[in-house]
Amino acid sequence: MLWFGFGAHFKLLSRSPFDIWVVVASPLIFATLAHFLFAGNGGPQMLVAALASGVMGIWSSTTASGAGALQTQRRLGVLELLVAAPAPFWSVLLPISFAISGIGVYSLAVGLVYVRVLFGVPIVIHSWPAFVVAVPATIVAVGSLGFVFASGLVRFRSAFMLGNLFEWPVWMVCGLLIPVSVLPGWLRPVSWFLAPTWGMAALRGATLGTGHPWADVGMCAVLAAGYFVIGTAFLRFFLDAARAKATLALTA
Amino acid sequence: MRNLRLLTIGGYLSYRALFGWLNPYMYSLALLLPAVAQLSFFVFLGRAAHVADDSYYVAGNALLAAATPSLFGMAQAVAGERYSNTLALLIASPASRVAVFAGRALPGIVNGMVLSTWTFAVAALLFRVSVPAGAVVPLAGAIAATSFSCVGLGLVNAALGLRWRETAVLGNLLLFVLLMFAGVNVPLDRLPGWLSTIAQGLPVTHGAKAARELVAGAGFEHVAPLLGAELLVGACYLATGLVALRLFEVEARRGATLELA
Repeated sequence: MLWFGFGAHFKLLSRSPFDIWVVVASPLIFATLAHFLFAGNGGPQMLVAALASGVMGIWSSTTASGAGALQTQRRLGVLELLVAAPAPFWSVLLPISFAISGIGVYSLAVGLVYVRVLFGVPIVIHSWPAFVVAVPATIVAVGSLGFVFASGLVRFRSAFMLGNLFEWPVWMVCGLLIPVSVLPGWLRPVSWFLAPTWGMAALRGATLGTGHPWADVGMCAVLAAGYFVIGTAFLRFFLDAARAKATLALTA
Repeated sequence: MRNLRLLTIGGYLSYRALFGWLNPYMYSLALLLPAVAQLSFFVFLGRAAHVADDSYYVAGNALLAAATPSLFGMAQAVAGERYSNTLALLIASPASRVAVFAGRALPGIVNGMVLSTWTFAVAALLFRVSVPAGAVVPLAGAIAATSFSCVGLGLVNAALGLRWRETAVLGNLLLFVLLMFAGVNVPLDRLPGWLSTIAQGLPVTHGAKAARELVAGAGFEHVAPLLGAELLVGACYLATGLVALRLFEVEARRGATLELA
């Protein structure tokens, strides 16, 4: 069910001009900005910037669509049917969240091709095995965070806007384009609890041969498990409340 | 008189209805907080890149904040009508198009000014950018001129909404063009010459430059040409938007494609 749900929603999202724009725009914009702002800093920095803009695309997709994933089901008129179905509801929502962050793989691909073609940056990956594992690990971890958003915001009709609210702050604190060293010290612990931080660290480490990419992949897995536990707890609480008050459809 | 009523009351009702701002909570979530977060991102990015100081990014991005409600708000003026199945009725009505759409632009300008002022004030406090007392009034003028030009571009986006359903995508594209090429986050001298030339015709470019010079201590007489240029750019986009609305309306009537775009 998880695999089928993921595949169906991945295909569905891949045909949406808005969703594709969200994931393709980030690498084009932020890699271009990095090119002009960090001009002359060499290929490796631009390569990392391309990866960072790809992770930004994964996060954009999660905030733009992930937080409002249930709102979409509600708008399509199938939310109550899905909740009433015998399958546990988390097994319906989790693959949707994974698919939403999963289309971020386009973002990574576009970022790498863009800097290669336009700026002539050589794509040199230090450890391909670590890189190949880091990509799905990042997507699963960020998708699980999207699952928490979707679960926690099921009763908010402004879920979409609440999700958008987190886009820029997470881009800022997770060490993507902006090194954590330029941020105020009190922000660093915040980034430790956010999946994009570790996903980016894993991709950067696998690409440049620095740091500990496998440990970062491990952190992605730990965070994903934690998000799953929190998300299912939210889901149970909010759906029980919605059933008790018969407000599942009314919060649309 | 009827056109004046359409312009003012019609614009107010349309804007409020389109966004559903029933309380300040929604307004804060949609506009106030993201604008400050976006500005902070670019201030820290600027620090990492060592390209310019904080005041450069604060002034530019505070003025750019007006672009978000302008681009998306104006686009929704058409897309929202289509979503509510009232676009055909609006187009079929004898009401003056200029009054209807200019009426929808006025709240956009005011909203852009509010958002820019808020973003500037909060960011100045957060990043300790001081504004000389004598610069406050001219700065308000720069904010007003920039909001006007952003709404002009927003009207072009709204017109394109008659031909293309994905106005949110187009609005995002235009917003990101401004982020990258309006001299807000990348100084114009870092851009290739042809891009730097194109930037002269974009909203925000001249307003942001005026704001930066005012913050640096320049007087009104020094920035007046920049404000004039910003207003001229805005007027050009506004005229283009109105002409495009008319053209696409005629085309949609001829092809019966108003609801299909």
